[in-house]
Amino acid sequence: MNKILRKVTLAPEIKLFEVETPPIAEKVQPGQFVVIRTHEKGERFPLTVANVNPKNHSITLIFQEVGKSSAHLGTFKEGDEILDVVGPLGKQSEIELFGTVVCVGGGIGVAPIYPILKALKSKGNKVISIIGAKSKNLLILEEEIKVASDKLYITTDDGSYGKKGFVSNELTRLIEERIEINRVVAIGPPIMMKVVADVTRPYKIKTIVSLNSIMVDGTGMCGACRVEIGGETKFACVDGPEFDGHLVNFDLLMNRLSIYLKEEKESLDKFRSDLNKCCRSTTDNQQS
Amino acid sequence: MPKSSPQKTPMREQSPKERIHNFNEVPFGYSPEEAILEAKRCLQCKKPKCMEGCPVEIDIPKFIEQIADGNFREAVRTMKDKNSLPAICGRVCPQEEQCEKYCLLGKMGEPVAIGRLERFIADWEAEQDEIEIPEIAPPTGKKVAVVGSGPAGLTVAGDLTKLGHKVVIFEALHKPGGVLIYGIPEFRLPKAIVEREVEYIKKLSAELVLSYVVGKLKTVDELLEEFDAIFVGTGAGLPWFMFLPGENYNGIYSANEYLTRSNLMKAYLFPEYDTPIVKGKRVAVIGGGNVAMDSARTALRLGAKHSMIIYRRSKVEMPARNEEIEHAEAEGVEFHFLTNPVAYHADKNGWVREMECIRMELGEPDKSGRRRPIPIEGSNFKSPVDVVVVAIGNSPNPLIYSTTPGLEQGKHGNIVTDEATGKTSKDRVWAGGDIATGAATVILAMGAGRIAARSIHEYLQIT
Ligand SMILES: Cc1cc2nc3c(=O)[nH]c(=O)nc-3n(C[C@H](O)[C@H](O)[C@H](O)COP(=O)(O)OP(=O)(O)OC[C@H]3O[C@@H](n4cnc5c(N)ncnc54)[C@H](O)[C@@H]3O)c2cc1C
Ligand code: FES
Repeated sequence: MNKILRKVTLAPEIKLFEVETPPIAEKVQPGQFVVIRTHEKGERFPLTVANVNPKNHSITLIFQEVGKSSAHLGTFKEGDEILDVVGPLGKQSEIELFGTVVCVGGGIGVAPIYPILKALKSKGNKVISIIGAKSKNLLILEEEIKVASDKLYITTDDGSYGKKGFVSNELTRLIEERIEINRVVAIGPPIMMKVVADVTRPYKIKTIVSLNSIMVDGTGMCGACRVEIGGETKFACVDGPEFDGHLVNFDLLMNRLSIYLKEEKESLDKFRSDLNKCCRSTTDNQQS
Repeated sequence: MPKSSPQKTPMREQSPKERIHNFNEVPFGYSPEEAILEAKRCLQCKKPKCMEGCPVEIDIPKFIEQIADGNFREAVRTMKDKNSLPAICGRVCPQEEQCEKYCLLGKMGEPVAIGRLERFIADWEAEQDEIEIPEIAPPTGKKVAVVGSGPAGLTVAGDLTKLGHKVVIFEALHKPGGVLIYGIPEFRLPKAIVEREVEYIKKLSAELVLSYVVGKLKTVDELLEEFDAIFVGTGAGLPWFMFLPGENYNGIYSANEYLTRSNLMKAYLFPEYDTPIVKGKRVAVIGGGNVAMDSARTALRLGAKHSMIIYRRSKVEMPARNEEIEHAEAEGVEFHFLTNPVAYHADKNGWVREMECIRMELGEPDKSGRRRPIPIEGSNFKSPVDVVVVAIGNSPNPLIYSTTPGLEQGKHGNIVTDEATGKTSKDRVWAGGDIATGAATVILAMGAGRIAARSIHEYLQIT
């Protein structure tokens, strides 16, 4: 169960896994996520499903190694099995014929936007995609997104590829060029989603964002994932993860995402130093 | 016969000073000698009142007599005849509201320590080399799906496998046991005990599928295509918040999250375990039930200097078990009665730093029969805190209801069942435990499981 069929390093510290999970592959819809645990003492953390491969009864997960758990997952090899993969969780994206939809993906957020964009496209929408990353080497899924969209714009923060600047700049440009936009879907770092929502608010363009709050169970049992939508408390794992970006309290989201920064660093440092120790001892052995 | 003591035979326990620094179980349990001594206090009434107080009708005088005679093996059988989870119930049942409440000895002094004896006999059995596996009826070829592995689900699974039906339990979390594993702390209910009970159910050859969220993977309707009957025991897992200003600040937890991090995910062993938890110095726990006591005592063990219970009524109205309140008091939990939070204030980074409360007074009794707390206008005051745990209650998890057409829902989000059978409004679907009653007790969940299992068995025999 949960066997890794394929592993690809998309960018430094960004990995793609194709994981065999027949029941989940059969059910999962765009916008939904799974909760992962990598070892017996591991934590539970959510990853949005980036693709389904019906032939292999598998799902694609793309993740960035930011903390101990994702770094540990990154050490898994093809053929390894992931301890727990629970899902599909959360609500599916609203896929209707809206007209023209701009899909904005930033950083690792490009991955979850991919299945949504494909579904929107196959519903008959005109899909304009804007994807961006800090730098050229961190940009993922460019080919796939290009094939699935009517138009693709690319930005990098440092200008090493595409236009220099942020994805939100491109969106502003499109709006200012008076291109009719019926809907925006934006997934990426909270600050990016916040800026995108700010850009579209004055134009009243419906903007959907996917919130990556901290989760434990992912089934509505704990409230770790709570977010504020239009002043009301919601649980991102069951009421979301997608919400109307104009109603999201992003500052709260960002605060809550910082709750365990200290512990996450401690945990990651410990993991890296344990890893070093063990690697050093194996090379020592080989040398002797 | 020597005159027996008017008091319960005391149970040895870790001293408060020592135990607030560890998560080990607090009471040590009776030795065989202590158990026999306590069992001999029983008057062996002709018309035993205690049994009336037991939701699963354990033959209490009989098992106590067997203990008094040193016949522990027989006592286990008497117990297991009615209660498949005695090691758990002996530890967590509100005995003072049930069996012990009716004990005649209680009129003059203390009642027989029925809960402690129940615990003794279950632990005694566990220490023996082999656990007796009861006879299992020949396979009937019928299949039953049990959704949720809490006490309700485990009971149904145990009862139906014994009757020869094939049972598959589907559990959303990565560990079975429901609240027993994710909610109730190690120091009150060691997880090894829960694991032992689950192993027992598995030995009876029930199949357990973990990390499987029914409603998200397969729906109840889809399961009905493969199974002859379904029992829904998904519990009351939806935590309530008070929706106060500032309630989402960093450092404010639901009790479910706080306890899940600590128990299920072992955050108290961070960084050996990966899941972190915020270790506050001044922790306020809102509520007065078992969940609140568990949270406040967990906070102490995580290193809190002050662990405070904030409860809007007074001590007598607290719904927690007496033993939990006594333990919490002995450990130094501070109780603030007739007090209710109204808002939280944070520092510039969004971390809770202050709790604003209002004082309450008690008015006329409300529906629950307890006097209703009324805020005293203008009595607001502020108190510094760095962690808050909201433990004011849970309601049934809506996931099954919302994905299963044909299920009738009650006023409190519960699934409506027939009390005598556990049947729901949907054909071939039974439910019981917290999902049907709202947050209640382990023994009631077990009792509901037992009733549903009987009804499911009857149904399976005629189909
Ligand atoms: C902290 C705490 C302390 C308590 N202390 C006491 C006490 O001292 N004494 C006492 O008698 N009672 C106590 N209780 C109450 C008692 O634990 C519950 O009444 C009892 O566990 C209910 O049993 P249940 O089987 O109905 O549900 P639960 O124990 O809640 O189990 C339900 C299970 O179903 C699973 N589930 C939910 N949805 C799905 C789904 N869609 N698919 C698959 N699985 C699903 C859940 O993950 C869970 O494992 C306490 C409760 C808490 C939270
Ligand atoms: S992650 Fe626990 S409720 Fe959402």
